[in-house]
Amino acid sequence: MSRAGRIARRSFLVGSVAIAGGAAFGAWFIGREAPNPLRPGAGEAALGPFVLVTREGVTLITPRAEMGQGTQTTLAALIAEELDLAWQEVRIDHGPAARAYYNAALLAEGLPGKGYDRSDAMHALGEWLGQAGKVFDLQVTGGSTAMRDAYVKYRLAGAAAREALKAAAARRLGVDAATLSTEAGRVIAPDGTAIPYGELAEAAAAERLRAPDLRPASEWRLLGRALPRLDMPAKSTGRAVFSLDVRPEGLKFAAIRANPMRAGIVSFDPAPALALPGVERVVDLGDAVAVVASNTWFALQGAEALAVEWEGAPYPPDTGSILARIEAAFESDPNSTLRDDGDAAALPAGATEVAADYAVPYLAHAAMEPLNATALLQGDRLTIWTGTQGPMFAKKVGAAETGLAPENVDVVTTLMGGAFGRRGEVDFPRYAARLAAAMPGTPVQLVWSRSEDMRQDFYRPAALARMRGAVADGRAVLLDAQVATQSAAQQGMKRWTGLAMGGPDKGAVDALFNAPYRIANHRVRGYLADLAVPVGFWRSVGASHNAFFQECFMDELAAAAGRDPLDFRLAHMEDEFPVGAAVLRAVRELSGWDAPKAPGTGRGVAFCYSFGTSVAMVVEVREAGGRIRLDRVAIACDAGPALDPGIIEAQMVGGAIYGLSAALDEAITFAGGAAEQENFPDYDALRMSGTPAFAVRILSAQPHVGGVGEPGTPPAAPALANALFDLSGQRARRLPLRPDFPTLA
Amino acid sequence: MALTLVVNGRAHALDLPPEMPLLWVLRDALGLTGTKYGCGVAACGACTVHIGGQAVRSCQVALGDVAAEVTTIEGLGGASSLHPLQEAWIAHQVAQCGYCQSGQIMQAADLLARSPAPTDDEIDAAMDGNLCRCGTYPRIRAAIHAAAAKV
Ligand code: FES
Ligand code: FES
Repeated sequence: MSRAGRIARRSFLVGSVAIAGGAAFGAWFIGREAPNPLRPGAGEAALGPFVLVTREGVTLITPRAEMGQGTQTTLAALIAEELDLAWQEVRIDHGPAARAYYNAALLAEGLPGKGYDRSDAMHALGEWLGQAGKVFDLQVTGGSTAMRDAYVKYRLAGAAAREALKAAAARRLGVDAATLSTEAGRVIAPDGTAIPYGELAEAAAAERLRAPDLRPASEWRLLGRALPRLDMPAKSTGRAVFSLDVRPEGLKFAAIRANPMRAGIVSFDPAPALALPGVERVVDLGDAVAVVASNTWFALQGAEALAVEWEGAPYPPDTGSILARIEAAFESDPNSTLRDDGDAAALPAGATEVAADYAVPYLAHAAMEPLNATALLQGDRLTIWTGTQGPMFAKKVGAAETGLAPENVDVVTTLMGGAFGRRGEVDFPRYAARLAAAMPGTPVQLVWSRSEDMRQDFYRPAALARMRGAVADGRAVLLDAQVATQSAAQQGMKRWTGLAMGGPDKGAVDALFNAPYRIANHRVRGYLADLAVPVGFWRSVGASHNAFFQECFMDELAAAAGRDPLDFRLAHMEDEFPVGAAVLRAVRELSGWDAPKAPGTGRGVAFCYSFGTSVAMVVEVREAGGRIRLDRVAIACDAGPALDPGIIEAQMVGGAIYGLSAALDEAITFAGGAAEQENFPDYDALRMSGTPAFAVRILSAQPHVGGVGEPGTPPAAPALANALFDLSGQRARRLPLRPDFPTLA
Repeated sequence: MALTLVVNGRAHALDLPPEMPLLWVLRDALGLTGTKYGCGVAACGACTVHIGGQAVRSCQVALGDVAAEVTTIEGLGGASSLHPLQEAWIAHQVAQCGYCQSGQIMQAADLLARSPAPTDDEIDAAMDGNLCRCGTYPRIRAAIHAAAAKV
């Protein structure tokens, strides 16, 4: 362990400094058992785990998955804001897989409560609890938590490094550190002498790290602005290195073939693959087969040519029988009743009852870059290059596959061509490590063809809802929601940790139990079907289906109450959640909700609070020439302090397009135990011509930072469904929409 | 039998089967990884390059059928300068994950070469084969218009 690492560890324990400085959560911010993984060379200094100073300058460690959401740019801005770096000189590196980079906000998401009503004390408790993330090695990018984890932590890291550099400069100049200032990567003395940080690296490494006060937002130079993203030039010139672009010396290319029925292999014959040009080996991966070749194309051809007899699916073979099993879950005891206000069993006297059933399908992630990972077993070291949302999990599976100790496994996390939750899984590093173990000394890149990627997904589970409610005097007096689905969390936990997770699955009812409406009799029950169809975390998880149920039904209640849908929502939200109500009012203005509609247009609104952020969306559709087009979308959001409005805007629009794409066309269906969709022609998304015009307004009334990668997705489908009702008078109660609305363009 | 392929102004002698798709020649034989694999079936546009100045899906063109010079994203700008589209992409902060963007830019470059001031309908028609799962279409459209104004 380097001296700098030792120092960093001890003095951050004096996180009381941070407390004294008014940042309430310093004590654990870098804790006892998380050593600094950086290994500075001679003349370099690791000023904490996030700042590496070399003679050439400063590299900031941004240890979260960059899958398009811009997280690494804003993480760097948080550090650079306090460290006083010139933005054009900021260099970043994902850094190694390490406990020090645990995500403290992930576990806080699991705290009881609705989220939007969390008190300051509960926020503090959540941040405290987050320490456990370290114990579980939760270096995870997911749940839209990166900024919630980083908001205080990374600024403190920048401030601590800055003060260490100043202390080193003060010693060298023989002046009081208080007389020094910092600017653009240099310490400035009162006489104007400027010392670049790089020259102070060695001396600063000996300084004790302390965290002073954080600067108030009013003094921010980087945060709060739409900064040029650090990855933009490379991504505009083809120079960006994605997982599939790593090219270690001597690389072999391999393609995987796995059971589309998601079970094992009875037998396989490698001969047809080996007979093809360029194919060098066929490797048995246990429940999958890899074909190794000198070029990916040879490998793909070989994988397709393999003759394999598969075991049968461990779940019902077709969509109808799978959905019947989900439907049957309604007859079991609920897994959760996370909201139970008043008496939801009775129908309030004089009220009009409304009931409707909804259904949504399984969905694939279908990130643009097909799954892949590259691995090399060299002596007693394994290196895995891959785009992963959970590098510590990749490290563990690499160790398990090779029998090496985890510290002998290096994980190099690359840029990701999308992920949307899929790259939090561990199958791709696992198979790559298994393949590398079969060919020691040779680096090998294992790729999933698009068809394998789509058929080996951990899908967003299908979900069914039974909604019952009642209105009286223009208000909802009853909302009794039941949802039946599979648990992504239970399956995911099992895959990550090997442990079975019991108890209520909050994610399965997210955006239903915590829909921020005040309704006197309000119950939400979640039912879980025990099914082995592989399911996982899909951008916005449970909110991706529950916002559809909740917000479509809210529209049905509004109609039964004879109220404008937006007024109706506001009436139930104003007192319950003022931040959300302000977002609804903002989208009302931005969309021109109260302006008269042109003939042949329909408008729909939806709201969802998810991942700590409120998003309201108005979709306008227009019918012309026998086609229904998505015309305009207005989005208002409040994710607390808007750290980078340019990135927030991109995430709101991108999240909405992801949700609209799914709502229009996407469904994974099963026949003979296998997914019937294999590629974009049968699992398509919005294209340029179908994409509506967007307007986004960002509010910042909420004091706490919220997520932005996921919350843009949930309101998209219900806003579109409600617009279609407004246009046609026909309710859209199942997704995808096109079968019921065939003229959608 | 060696085939000769000219990519970004450089000639390469390649001992590869003529039926190998250009995509995999570029990525795995020549190390030009800016061109991406997304679907392999002409449904996403991530693999778009220029052959003789025209945008094509390199996953669908066999090496033996390449009859003109190939330009990839790595060769689009000058040696030290960016193509106006690349400048516009940066100015409009288009990319999210970025994986589709090489193909988007190559497709847009073909459009601007044919139609220096494209309308929205022309942009739709030219760009519809290029999928972006991150949903960057509004910024792509804005960047194409901005680049057109400069060309
Ligand atoms: S990879 Fe060629 S079009 Fe998708
Ligand atoms: S930027 Fe990610 S697919 Fe287009």
